[in-house]
Amino acid sequence: MSSGEPVDDALVIAGHRIASRLIHGTGRFASDQVLNACLQAARPGMITLAVRRLNLDGNGRSELEGVELKRHTLLPNTAGATSADQAVRLARLARAAGLSDFIKVEVIGDPDTLLPDPEGTLRATRALVEEGFIVMPYTSDDVVQAMRLCEAGAAAVMPGAAPIGTTLGLQNLLNLELIVRKVPVPVIVDAGLGVPSEAAHCLELGAAGVLVNTAIARAQDPPLMARAFAEAVVAGRRAFLAGRAHVGLKVLSSSPVEGIPV
Amino acid sequence: MTVEVQVNGKARRVREGATLLELLAELNVPPDRVVIEQNLKIVRRDQFADACVQAGDQVELVYFVGGG
Repeated sequence: MSSGEPVDDALVIAGHRIASRLIHGTGRFASDQVLNACLQAARPGMITLAVRRLNLDGNGRSELEGVELKRHTLLPNTAGATSADQAVRLARLARAAGLSDFIKVEVIGDPDTLLPDPEGTLRATRALVEEGFIVMPYTSDDVVQAMRLCEAGAAAVMPGAAPIGTTLGLQNLLNLELIVRKVPVPVIVDAGLGVPSEAAHCLELGAAGVLVNTAIARAQDPPLMARAFAEAVVAGRRAFLAGRAHVGLKVLSSSPVEGIPV
Repeated sequence: MTVEVQVNGKARRVREGATLLELLAELNVPPDRVVIEQNLKIVRRDQFADACVQAGDQVELVYFVGGG
C-alpha cells in the first residue's frame, strides 16, 4: 500500500521521458491564440503536427504561428499519405526540420472513413524504424496488426477509438484492452475520443496515454476542455496503478453487518 | 537571364544560378522555418547558401502546420 501520494510514473517512449500522458493535436483550432491557450492549460506531453507546403501567397496565418515548437516534444505525423512511400517521404521532411526524431505514421487506406491501411502502415513502420526514427503508428483496433507493428519495431502503437474527427468515443473497448495486454510497448489511444471520461477509461484499462485533437479544438471552451483531458489522464492512470476492486455480481455490504441496533 | 522552376507546384522564374537562400529571401521565407526538397532530395539547411536552382527544378518548400 502506498501513502496515496503521486509517485514518479512518467511515460517513457524509446528512452524519452514524456511528462504528460496527454498528447495534444494542433489541427482544426479556431486560431493560434486558442491553440496556445489550450497548450498552456493542458501542458501536454507531446504535440502532433502535420507537414505541408508553405503558403507562399503570404495570406492566412498558420495555427502554429505563435507556438514555440522548441518548448514541446514534437510528434510530427504523415497525415495525407495513402501509401508507405508517401509516408516515408513526409517523415523525412519532418525530421529534416531538425526538431524531432519521433514520427506518427499515418497511412490512410480509405478516404471516407480515414481508417488506416494495414499493409502500408506496416511497410512504412519497417522502413522508418530502419532509418532510425522513433515510430508511433496510427492503427485500427485490430489486435494482431498492433502486434505486428510492434514486432516491426514501433516504439508505441496508436489504435483508434473511433474514426478520426468523429468524437464517437470508445467503440471497441475489448480490442483496446486486448491490445494493451498483447503488446509490450506503450499503447496510446488515438482518434475519435470525445470526452475526458473516455480518456480516463483508456488509462484505467492500462493504455499509456491518449492523443486528443478534435474533442479539444471543437469544444465550446477549448482551453477548459484541454485542462479537463489533462486531468482525466492523471486520474485514469492513478486508478490503473491503484487497481480496481472486484467486479461481479457478488454483493458486499460496505457497512458492518453486525451491531445493528434492533 | 532567368530560368523557370516549379516551386510548390507553381511555375516561377528565378535568376539563373540563384541559390536556395536567395530564392527564400525573394519569397520572404525565413530559412529556419522551412524544409526544402529539390527534385525529391532533401537539402540540408546548411547547404541553402550553396545549392543552386537549375531550370526545370521541382522545389518543395514545406514546414509544420497544425495536425492531429
